[in-house]
Amino acid sequence: MNRTLPPPENYRRLNKKHFPSNIGFAILAIPLIIFILFIGFMVFYLFKNGINVISWKFLTQPPEKGMTAGGIFPCIIGTLYVTLISLLFSVPVGLFSGIYLAEYAPNNSITQVMRSSIRALAGIPSIVYGLFGVALFIRAFQIGLSVLASGLTLGLMSLPWIITTVEESITAIPNSFREGALALGATKWESIRRNVLPYAFPGILTGVLLAIARTVGETAPILFTGVTYFTRQIPRSPLEKFMALPYHIFVLATQHDQLTKVRPIAFATAVVLLIFVLGFDIIAFFTRMRFAATNKWQV
Amino acid sequence: MRLRKKIDRFAGITFFVNAVLAAGVLFGILLFLFSYGVRAFIPAPGTDPGDPESRPLTILGFLFGTVWNPDAYGKPHYGLIPLFLGSLLTTLIALTISVPLGIAGAIFIAERLTGWVRIGVKMVVELFAGFPSVVIGLFGLVVLAPLIARTFNLSSGLNLFTASIILAVMSLPTIISVSEDALRVVPHSYREAAYALGASPWTTAIKVILPAARSGILAAVMLGFGRAIGETMAVLMVAGNAPIIPRSLFDPVRTITTTLAIELGETAANSIHFFSLFALGFVLFVIALATNLIAESLIRREKRSFTL
Repeated sequence: MNRTLPPPENYRRLNKKHFPSNIGFAILAIPLIIFILFIGFMVFYLFKNGINVISWKFLTQPPEKGMTAGGIFPCIIGTLYVTLISLLFSVPVGLFSGIYLAEYAPNNSITQVMRSSIRALAGIPSIVYGLFGVALFIRAFQIGLSVLASGLTLGLMSLPWIITTVEESITAIPNSFREGALALGATKWESIRRNVLPYAFPGILTGVLLAIARTVGETAPILFTGVTYFTRQIPRSPLEKFMALPYHIFVLATQHDQLTKVRPIAFATAVVLLIFVLGFDIIAFFTRMRFAATNKWQV
Repeated sequence: MRLRKKIDRFAGITFFVNAVLAAGVLFGILLFLFSYGVRAFIPAPGTDPGDPESRPLTILGFLFGTVWNPDAYGKPHYGLIPLFLGSLLTTLIALTISVPLGIAGAIFIAERLTGWVRIGVKMVVELFAGFPSVVIGLFGLVVLAPLIARTFNLSSGLNLFTASIILAVMSLPTIISVSEDALRVVPHSYREAAYALGASPWTTAIKVILPAARSGILAAVMLGFGRAIGETMAVLMVAGNAPIIPRSLFDPVRTITTTLAIELGETAANSIHFFSLFALGFVLFVIALATNLIAESLIRREKRSFTL
């Protein structure tokens, strides 16, 4: 029935001529413009104050002289290490759960409860995951303060984000794709593996990249599960403590005894962290754009 | 042939088990926080009942106590009220700033922006939602707090007001995105009906589209609330963190989340203090869970109201 009407974009354009309305909408735009300018100023300020400190040496050397000099190499490695461990947990579990919810789950109340719980998990504060990590990994499993315990805690936290995107990208694949394989005698799993997952892959990748971007910047879940103030070495096994970029920023900004002296290093660390986060976000954004462009079946 | 059937069956079972595990995390968190938190209220075996340090808390004393001071020698106090008020006040002040601004922004995006400008604006807003909270906290600490101290002539800018502004900024992306989605799912027929009656675009947006999307927008407010009340690191860096009931907008404030961040690393394992922090975590968990469940049912209600 909607097909006989002009697309909404068209009459929206027609109605841009009404002058009093335009004044009203212009007023509504003010907070949005201020917000975007604020974000721009924040990024500019951090870069302006941090970029001079960043050098090859800064990225590849450990901190020196009580963190007032040197670099942030152990923090970069620690953050990448802990993120990798979280992915080793959250990607398979998230992928399998997403496939179940999209392809297998019967439409009943148990599935409803599962979906609601997973969605609710996405809204649980990260510090609560930190507490849970202490109770489960440090105390119940006796893993000890380590990259592993922190990685698993972060993995639990990112699980709901990954499941949601996996389910959404699989549900977006039309049924005819599955039916084609099933008609040729494929089993359900074969049809999913060959005719669904390859086409859902860019969407799933987007979700994983966004999860990485958010995991990299999280501090609260690792606070009591393994991150440490200072260690000269990079962790050699997943059972050692580690330094991390976000915690390093926190320490330099609030805990250090020469706050003003280490401030440039704090800004530089923040810039490195922001580049990581925004980098993954932007790759995710372009993956999603490409996905939308190549998915010709989506009308 | 047999093997393929077996693999198929195995795959199905694997997926089911993983999904049950993932959904079970929620119940795991609930169970662990509760079983740890509850131990602050029961006497631990083998401790001297006369020792004030190991005396269990009472539920009423915890829920309605107005002093939080676990380190006081001989007479530690574990009262939830100052921390709960800290969380509630920062969040509510933040929302009074961010809700009107966020809804205004959402109406503008939904009604006026199209094409690449729209994609660009939404991208910036969503990118900001993913900014690490320590980075925002650093900015608040170095730029915003001194600015507020200077503007209001205070000795320190680390207070309730600064924390609220930081939280307002951090909850804006959630409020804008969710409200904008809520406005977008209002069917075109509503707009067409309003135009057919001669309503201007402004009247249509404010009197027709906005009320139609009200439950979705309420959900946006709830999710913004959940985002703000659960925020830890940024608040920790700008709130001043004195565990007192604030008497003015410029008093330092301590929230539930920041108390966990400050104290969990310093307590002796298995002490009353240690378990009382899990009790705090449990309170936070219940608030966040309730907020999210309400928001989810509101979003479902809006979608349902448009499908006849």
